[in-house]
Amino acid sequence: MIQLPCPWCGLRNVVEFRYVGESRPRPDPATTTPEQWREHLYIRANPRGQVLESWYHSAGCRRYLRLQRDTVSNQARPVEGAE
Amino acid sequence: MVVDTGGGPNVMIGSINGRGGRGGRPSRYSAFDLLRRGLLGSSWPRAWRVHDQRDSYDVVIVGGGVHGLATAYYLARNHGIHNVAVLDKGYLGSGGSGRNTAILRSNYLTPEGVRFYDRSLELYRHLAADLNFNVMFSRRGHLTLAHNDSSLRTMRWRAEVNKLGGVDSEVIDPGEIAKLVPYLDTSAATRYPILGALYHPPGGIIRHDAVVWGYARAADALGVHLHQQTEVTGIDVDAGRVRGVRTSRGPIFAPVVVNCTAGWSSIVSDMAGVATPVQTFPLQAAVTEPVRPFLHAVVVSGTLHVYVSQTDRGELVFGASVDPFTSYSMRGSLEFVEGLATHILELMPALSKMRLLRQWSGLCDMTPDYSPIMGTTPVEGFYLDVGWGTYGFKAGPVSGEAMAEAIATQATPEIIASFGLGRFARGELVGEKGAAAVGH
Repeated sequence: MIQLPCPWCGLRNVVEFRYVGESRPRPDPATTTPEQWREHLYIRANPRGQVLESWYHSAGCRRYLRLQRDTVSNQARPVEGAE
Repeated sequence: MVVDTGGGPNVMIGSINGRGGRGGRPSRYSAFDLLRRGLLGSSWPRAWRVHDQRDSYDVVIVGGGVHGLATAYYLARNHGIHNVAVLDKGYLGSGGSGRNTAILRSNYLTPEGVRFYDRSLELYRHLAADLNFNVMFSRRGHLTLAHNDSSLRTMRWRAEVNKLGGVDSEVIDPGEIAKLVPYLDTSAATRYPILGALYHPPGGIIRHDAVVWGYARAADALGVHLHQQTEVTGIDVDAGRVRGVRTSRGPIFAPVVVNCTAGWSSIVSDMAGVATPVQTFPLQAAVTEPVRPFLHAVVVSGTLHVYVSQTDRGELVFGASVDPFTSYSMRGSLEFVEGLATHILELMPALSKMRLLRQWSGLCDMTPDYSPIMGTTPVEGFYLDVGWGTYGFKAGPVSGEAMAEAIATQATPEIIASFGLGRFARGELVGEKGAAAVGH
């Protein structure tokens, strides 16, 4: 079972968390076109290797956290920020 | 000795007759052939040949699974385009094609989906004869269980859409379900009682490896070059059009490059500078020891996120939903087996003493709407046949047929028109989550 390093709770089993997704800058909904907004909604980098992403510790501290994870080895380390 | 026919005009389209023996085209399989070789003790010819890699081809297909091989086969058979290479970084069928749970059905939710998957099922029905290779399609009947009112409503919706599309599906009640699957707990005493099911008689199971090998052998006989252990490391794009690929065995010039790499498709799309909404999630599966045949139908439960079938050898094959986070790792996990066992025993308590032999996983290229991405891209000559998620194997034949037509005619066939990459920018998604997977 993969374990993830929660910045507050420490190393916990992956089943305690909910995967949120890749960290991407969110465009301003007031000024983007529908096409640009859909690009933000749908397009993903999907790297085989290092990825910056956010998770939610649903069975623990219930906070959003950011990790840098290797999608092949699933080794992860905490990163500043929530999403 | 390797005989390189070069795929010229003297290759018989639609036929794979020819000489057997060393390096020639494979002989036609038949009962007589089997008897003769058995009695004479002669060895079987290779199912497909090994060629030197040329420095140019008319079409390069990246990915040697069922989609890539079917595309190559139909390019040669239906359109006379033989100067084609299929490249795979591993062995043919080492990706999703060798890791799926081998279920065929066409009981989808949208009219576009029903039409698409039913064409595939039609091709599968006579595939063994077309390819002269036993693909072992066993028509078993397919049951999708409904455990609550909204689920039952979806089953009725699917049944009606199926019927309008000429596909045999109907909603049946727990009494009829119990007759089809005696070991199923259809009582009201379970946590999620079964209220009914979508019954789809044409659905069944197949030998997934055989489909890969059948297409490979037939494509090879038509002059297609199959290059295993050949990894594409880059795609050359100049002035918005494809020039060729770079591989671990040298460069290849090609005006057409097709991405059929499923779970790895983002890597290949990135090489061509094409962004896609694909995310790669592992999908795990497991198999038990063989027991005597007791389960005829394929049983699926969306609510319990599990499905099961029994192979012709007697093993139970289990599947569930994708892992809840992206990964390129193909290892199984204990939490998957624990969850699977809990849910399958809810359905069939009698299985509690069965022994699980092995578990594995494959990579699924998931899209936001659980429908594939097929056709052209902003890079001229670069085609996509990706986004196959957890529903790709059943679509192998129709995808190959449609992609071959798209490449040969340079026009998008009607049957895949709604699956283009551009639908995401336009907000015209084709939502098939309910019918495509048992996801959470």
